[in-house]
Amino acid sequence: MADMRTPLARVRGLGSAKSGTEHFWIQRLTALANVPLAIFLLASVVALVGADYATVKTYLSMPVVSIVLLLLILSGVYHMRLGMQVIIEDYVHGEGMKLLSIIANNFFSALVGLACVYAVLKLGLGG
Amino acid sequence: MAETPARPRPLSPHLGIYRPMLTMMMSIVHRITGGALYFGTLLLAWWLIAAATGPEAYAAFEACASSLLGQLVLFGYTWALIHHLLGGLRHFVWDMGKGFELGTVEWMARLSLAGSILLTLAVWVIAYAMVGAL
Repeated sequence: MADMRTPLARVRGLGSAKSGTEHFWIQRLTALANVPLAIFLLASVVALVGADYATVKTYLSMPVVSIVLLLLILSGVYHMRLGMQVIIEDYVHGEGMKLLSIIANNFFSALVGLACVYAVLKLGLGG
Repeated sequence: MAETPARPRPLSPHLGIYRPMLTMMMSIVHRITGGALYFGTLLLAWWLIAAATGPEAYAAFEACASSLLGQLVLFGYTWALIHHLLGGLRHFVWDMGKGFELGTVEWMARLSLAGSILLTLAVWVIAYAMVGAL
């Protein structure tokens, strides 16, 4: 059967949905990154159980800790935003409600992500 | 408009008629733990913001976290995180086109369920041992 697409569309190779494989790829890429990052978070929290405020603050202001936490926040929030989008698309069938839910998902992810990043930077940069 | 067929067309089997199977429950729980972790990021944000704010804010966080309800929530959060992480590892195996045999699927499901429970308990035993509560 003849290909009805333009040469440009063929080269771009995106299809009608524009971004399906990208969603899948970033979901898996962030999943892979989250494995060591989440283990680091778990280990950090366990190590800080029962520690006083000064110890916690000192630990969270170490550059290496700040950097790994920032990576975790970026990768984790991106991952959860993609995952929640799929859940919404699967279960919310009304077009209006679906759109509102996806907007809320983006706003929530941005808010939580930015709040965490701000706190980590404030600790790291000695605010 | 087409005529109504004499016999109703076959429908795809609905979840309700399936006998619950481990692999199916693990798939559902993977999604549920993902949703729980989504809102659980609020706890991470609270912890970091409290630490960045000062000793009083951090003390307030610690009081909540060490209460019975707080401990239950954090225990659930730990299990959800580990369960979702192990479930993700299974997905990596499937992404590589491997592990689709029925036997393999079954033991991977059992291994990750058992692993999630054992690792969660291990994390909490270590945490309680650190503060000398054990």
